[in-house]
Order: sequence, then C-alpha cells, then structure tokens
Amino acid sequence: MVSLTNTISFPIDFRKDIDEEIVKKDKEPVFVTCKTCKRRSLKKDWKDNYYVCPNCGKYSTISAYYRLSLILDPRSFKELNANMKASDPMEFPEYKEKLQKQKKETGLEEAAVTATGKIGGHKVTVIVLDSRFFMGSMSTIVGEKVTRAVEYATKKKTPLIIFSASGGARMQEGIYSLMQMAKTAAAVEEFNASGGLYISYLTHPTTGGVTASFASLGDITLAEPGALIGFAGPRVIEQTIHKKLPKGFQRSEYLESHGFVDKIVPRSEMRETLLKLIELHQA
Amino acid sequence: MIEMILRKVEKLDAQIAELENETAEVTNDLVKAVGHSSEVLEETEDEYASWKEHNKEISKLKSMREYFLSECRNLAPDERVFLARHAMRPHVDDFIDGLFTDFFEQKGDHLFDEDKSIYGGIARFHGIPVTVIGHRKGHTIEENMEYNFGMPCPEGYRKALRLMNQAEKFKRPIITFIDTPGAYPGMEAEEHGQGEAIAVNLAKMSQFHVPVISVITGEGNSGGALAIGVANRVLMLENAVYSILSPEGFASILWKDSERRKEACELMKLTALDLREAGVCDEVVKEPLGGAQRDYSAVMRNLDVALWKHLSELKQMSPAKVKNDRQMKYRKIG
Repeated sequence: MVSLTNTISFPIDFRKDIDEEIVKKDKEPVFVTCKTCKRRSLKKDWKDNYYVCPNCGKYSTISAYYRLSLILDPRSFKELNANMKASDPMEFPEYKEKLQKQKKETGLEEAAVTATGKIGGHKVTVIVLDSRFFMGSMSTIVGEKVTRAVEYATKKKTPLIIFSASGGARMQEGIYSLMQMAKTAAAVEEFNASGGLYISYLTHPTTGGVTASFASLGDITLAEPGALIGFAGPRVIEQTIHKKLPKGFQRSEYLESHGFVDKIVPRSEMRETLLKLIELHQA
Repeated sequence: MIEMILRKVEKLDAQIAELENETAEVTNDLVKAVGHSSEVLEETEDEYASWKEHNKEISKLKSMREYFLSECRNLAPDERVFLARHAMRPHVDDFIDGLFTDFFEQKGDHLFDEDKSIYGGIARFHGIPVTVIGHRKGHTIEENMEYNFGMPCPEGYRKALRLMNQAEKFKRPIITFIDTPGAYPGMEAEEHGQGEAIAVNLAKMSQFHVPVISVITGEGNSGGALAIGVANRVLMLENAVYSILSPEGFASILWKDSERRKEACELMKLTALDLREAGVCDEVVKEPLGGAQRDYSAVMRNLDVALWKHLSELKQMSPAKVKNDRQMKYRKIG
C-alpha cells in the first residue's frame, strides 16, 4: 500500500468528522458508535481505516477533498474551475438560501470538485462528486464542471477518473438539470473517441441522472463496497411493483453479479488499483 | 377547469353530430324531392321548415362550442399536463399513419427482448427514407397495459439505439416522437441496466452524423424521454410538457406530498413556451383549440410543415456540421 500521508494543501479542512448518519456520537468525544454493528470504537481507528468501520466494514461518506488526498501524489493537486459558483436558472423559491446553507455546512461551492494531479507520477484528471452537497445532485454547474474537466482530459490526453455519488437530478433546476445528462454524456463520448482511458468509480449513492449518463460510460467500472447504485430509487420501485425488494438489491455486490461492475474496490485499495489500471493502459 | 370545458365541448360535439346526421337525411330527402317536381315541394314544406330549424340549432350549438373552446386559449401549466396525458391524444402510431408512408416496423433489441413501449422502423417522409422511433402508449386501457403505459425497459432503449445506429449507417435522418411518464422503475429494468441503456443512448446520439429531430408530443419525463431525444431540433406540440420528472414525483420529492402537483406544475416551467424560452425547444407546433385530440388532421398538417422545414435546413449541412450542431445545442445549456 502506497503511503497516504497527506501533504497536499487543500483549500478547506476536508478532515470532517465521520458522517453522523453512520455513527452515533459518544459522551467522550474520542469515541463513536457504529449505527450498523452498534460497536464502539475510537474515532482515530475509523480515520486510520479511511472512515470505514474498523469492526463491521460499514462505509462512511467522505468529502471530495479527502478522497482526492487519498489517491493523488503529494503536492500534485490542482483544482479546475474552483471558482464556479452555483446558479439558480429557474429562480426557484428558497433555492438560493438552501444553496447558501449547504455552502456554509460543507465549505463547497457545488457538489462537484474537479481537479488535475498525479497518481504514481502519471498525470490524471479527476472528478469527485460530494454527496454532502445537495446529495451530489446534478445541477447545471455540476454538469458544466464535469463537462469542462472531461474536455480538459481530452485536450491534455490524461486518463479520466470520475467518482460518482449522486441522488440524481437537482429538482430546483428542472429541465436544465436534465439537459446536463446529454451534455456530459456527449463530452465523455468525445473523450472516448479520442482514445482516453475513463475509469468510473461508483460510490454511495449513485442514482438517477448521473447513473444514466457519465457514471455508466466508463471503460472500467469500479464500485465501493455496499454502495447503492441504480437508476430508479428503491422506494419508487417498491411503490411501482408493490413488492419488497430483496436484500442487497442495487448494491455494488448485486451489480457486480449482474454484470455492470468490473470490480469492487475497497477504499484502502483505491489508489493502487487506479495506478495499476493507468499503467496497464500505457503504450 | 379544462376537464370541465372539455366535457361540455364533447357533449356539444355529440349533439351537433346527431343534429347534423338528421339534417343530412332531411337534406337528402329534399334534394331528391326537388329533383322530382314542384308539387312534391309543397309536401315537403314541413320538412323544409324543420331543416331550417335544425340548421339554426346547429349554428347555435356551434357558437356555444366556440365560446367554450375560446376558454382554452390560455391554459395553466397543469391544464396542459392534463391535455398532454389525454387518452385520445395522437400517439406515435397515429403520427406514423398521418405523416409517413411505406412504414416498415422493426422489432426487438436483437439481444434479449422486444419492448413494445418503443415503436419504430423505417418509413418515408416526403419520399425520403427516415428512421422513425417513438414511445408507444396506446389509447385504451388494454393497449396501455400491453405497451406498459409508454415506460420502456432497457430493451426498449437498446432497440431504439439499434434502429438509430442503422439510420447512421444508411444515412437516414432520425425522427423521434417523445411521450412517456419516464423509464420503467421495475426490478428487472434495474437488473438489466436501465441507467446504462439510457447513458449509452445519450452518448451515441451525440455522435450521429445524420439529422435528428425529436418531437415532444405528450409528456416527456426524465431521462426516459431524453434517451431518444438528443436531437438537432426539438419540437413541441403546443400542449406537450417536458420535465425532469412528473409533477407528482416532483411534489413528492420536494415536499413529500404528491397532492401538490398543481403547484409543482407552476414552478417546473414545463410547458412548450417555457422550454422555448429556455432554449431547449426550437419550435412550438400549434394544436387545435382544446387539444390535439380534437383534430388529428390539423395537428398532422402543422407538424408536417414544421418537420419538413427543419429537416430541409439540416439536410443542407455537412455530416460533420450536423453532429457539431447537435452537440452545441446541449453544450450551451448551463
């Protein structure tokens, strides 16, 4: 395992606490309890385990910048279009306020962070969707940042790595959100035609318009263990078919066994897997 | 509101039709009588009077109908949603009958299944071979069930792609008709890669060198609509709607209350005029007052003119320009 000691300076403090949907806070601040296995462990142990429960292996959400720090070579990170601000094309009621709130809570300008950097000395273009910002939903700016980064990868002839995490469309941006699917898919297809390697890495959750556009178009599709991946959400499906869905439906492992994922790659093996794949594609 | 108006109008339609039938009979009798001699004419005086009476009644009913229909001039977004979903609205099979000749249906994705919610094949438009594809809903409940209410599974999208790839191969323009509540949210659809099927269609449609024109004819919801709708030109029938998802779904996601659909309709900017403003729709095609279901031939005439105009423009472009023109349409949004 390559050392992950992070010496990259990031614009914000990415070392947020563990996702509180996954763990319960403890009276003593150094401890947390996993909501899945109910076992108590040191926060530090979660952190050392890349925010995966040291007891049961449950994955906690991580921020886009933290993920970048796990895969990129030290000091190679350069953010692309960092200053693109969220927009409100439909002038949707209360949307601006909600955006402000999310910005404050996450320190992000939008749900996508796009960057260039190096993995084992190889230049790469990386897109990370951050599910903490509006559930990583596809807004016009997310679509635009993704498209620009893909175009950058096409122009600079670098491999493209996209970490998807999305609840689907950004409701408040209506049809503009839908159109981003066509825009991003076209950019990926142009990248594809130029001969570039695209590794699509699906993380929890990858659904809706993101699944139905760039996330499903990788040459290599990887997934994080236990991630929810699908087009329609499980609740909508259950309401439609009036049946309970089987356990594990639409999870990474289910998709792998149904032929849509090349490999399930744990967080701890993320960087070395990417490096191996990039090197396998060197002429 | 529109429901009430249409009910009144349809009742008037029936009355007018009945009276016109009766009058036609009387007219026939009268014409025959006139053909014989003047004596017989006297005998038919009563009939003549009632004929006049009928005609007066008909024109009265017609002006009443006009009055009600004039109420349909400025419809609210949710009223347009109602019309867009009207069971008797013209669907893809009606458009194929009305606008094309020599239709040859192509079935199946040739991989796994035949999805009847997507209908398509080769046909001639103004004599030119084209590939035509659309969501199929059907008009009756039996047809709705058979065609899964126009909600495709991955196999439907893959069939559409198979047909479109052939269009590219044989340099045929592609014309698609969009009318779907969305991609089918079922278990098997997910297992067979609903997201993948839509994604691949979007990617491949961006690459075609042949002109693609899409017509939103009814409701165009979500990726399920866009999967056959990445086009150089997007036309919309006047009362068609196009949106990220159904107003009910929108309300239920945003407010956890699908009953607030009317409010959702107002906010979603889903009407043809809204989308024309947003740059998504290129031309709004007029419908008869009260909706397309009231006069198929008028809809066909208007749509024929619009389709031919756009196709003629696109046919002037080089294949590379056609591809670039389509990509730029979407590249500019956002």
